[in-house]
Amino acid sequence: MAPRRARSIGTKTTQTNRVATPASPASQAPAQPTGHHAAIAVRHCSFGYRDDPPRPALADVWFEVAPGELVAVIGANGTGKSTLLKLIAGLLAPDHGEVTVGGREVRGPDLGVGFVFQEPRLLPWRSALENVAFPLELAGWSRGAREARARDLLRLVGAPDVERLRPHQLSGGMRQRTAIARALALEPAVLLLDEPFSALDALTRERFNVALQSIWRTTGTTILLVTHSISEAIFLADRVVVLAGRPGRIVAQVPIRLGRPRSLVDLDASIVSDVSAAIRAALEREELA
Amino acid sequence: MTRHVLRDFLPVVAVATGFVIAWKLLVVIGGYPIFILPPPEVVAARLVAAWRDGTIEPHVVTTLSEILLGFLIGSGLALVTGYALARSRLAERLLSPYLVAAQATPILALAPLIALWFGTGLASKVIICSLIVFFPITVATMVGVRSVDRQLLEVGRAFRATPLQVLTRLEIPGALPAIFGGIRVGATLAVIGAIIGEWAGGESGLGVLINLARGSLFDTPLLFATLVTIAALGVALYWLILVVERRLVGERG
Repeated sequence: MAPRRARSIGTKTTQTNRVATPASPASQAPAQPTGHHAAIAVRHCSFGYRDDPPRPALADVWFEVAPGELVAVIGANGTGKSTLLKLIAGLLAPDHGEVTVGGREVRGPDLGVGFVFQEPRLLPWRSALENVAFPLELAGWSRGAREARARDLLRLVGAPDVERLRPHQLSGGMRQRTAIARALALEPAVLLLDEPFSALDALTRERFNVALQSIWRTTGTTILLVTHSISEAIFLADRVVVLAGRPGRIVAQVPIRLGRPRSLVDLDASIVSDVSAAIRAALEREELA
Repeated sequence: MTRHVLRDFLPVVAVATGFVIAWKLLVVIGGYPIFILPPPEVVAARLVAAWRDGTIEPHVVTTLSEILLGFLIGSGLALVTGYALARSRLAERLLSPYLVAAQATPILALAPLIALWFGTGLASKVIICSLIVFFPITVATMVGVRSVDRQLLEVGRAFRATPLQVLTRLEIPGALPAIFGGIRVGATLAVIGAIIGEWAGGESGLGVLINLARGSLFDTPLLFATLVTIAALGVALYWLILVVERRLVGERG
């Protein structure tokens, strides 16, 4: 499949519930979201865990992701990044507000949404191939069809040689690749990635970022990626959504004006330093506040 | 393959040989008569003779039937009950006190009562076996199902697994190592249950043969040969379950 991305993406319509004004080039472009063509729309969403005492996690979050866009969500621990992904995946229901995927309100888990958790969460009693085929099995695919599809996916994520191995026989990186392949099994329109590479060393992580970019370009899937790493967010994303505070709120949305495809060398460009500074400024401003 | 077999079985054979040597030494040094402690070669000869002349075989068939039926019924009920206890707080609140009370009551005390109610045939032995098997497998199932990784269940939810798919694809495979822990204990207890049932009243079975060898026949070597047969039955069952467990559970790291 041909790459769909044009160069110099980064002028998406954005709205924040408290928009920061980072320095150029990572300028904000606040505007009313249209919602008509959004792959993901999160509107005025608030959510709190009903613990004792109650734990508010997100407050009045509003943002959209266009079809085929790759958006990174960045923020400190406890700012509700993973909660946000679970709301979009339908694993949690918002206390207030609305989440739509593909224009339809999320009322529960949807097969059109793939989820890669922070931990690979592979079934330890199944081989890598069987793990990738798991969603297909649940969806009623025949054994032959699901194994063929699982093999294709393992090739796509760069793990073709591990199909017979069980999770405990795989390296951390291979486990995470297998988890990504599993999330892609049902060809989801939206892929949610919750810090998928956080357990990997820096060099492996860089290689995986390149691989993820390639997967995104091949599949055309809309991706929402949660990460702690500013450089990872800049390398991968068209736009970075900055979450801060407790409960978490969006304090900035920073477009990344780097061409595609990106290579690791692009991270040395001066624009990256400026964008990085803008994201840090947004985070620090919120901390000081 | 040969190396694998040697590694697995050599220590077992070595311990068995050591045990037989110690037994023989005890008989020789202690000077015990055959009716108190027969030497191992006498017991071995009596065991072979008892199998050849058909003394043991019908009793083995009876006891094995009781064990297998009791084990299957008891473990089947235990799996269902254990799952209900794991997934329903109401079921746990209602059933737990009775389960614990039933387990705390010695099966030796219950066996004569069960024989009185259900007769001295197969039924009473199967019931005793089922009862003795039930508790460890119930508890193991409950613990196993409860300990299934919640994160894996969330994966199932994310892929819209139906409740039946969650049960068959996630909960049962996830709980299998714990369940097999209970099944291993249950299988050995089933042997004990069958013997207790036969002692409480019965016409056939290895428990009955022990009583015959000790009492009317006064044949201590036969008593020992029967004990060896019972132990072998227990070991065979345990080994069979290990094989099934390795096949179903496998290596999980």
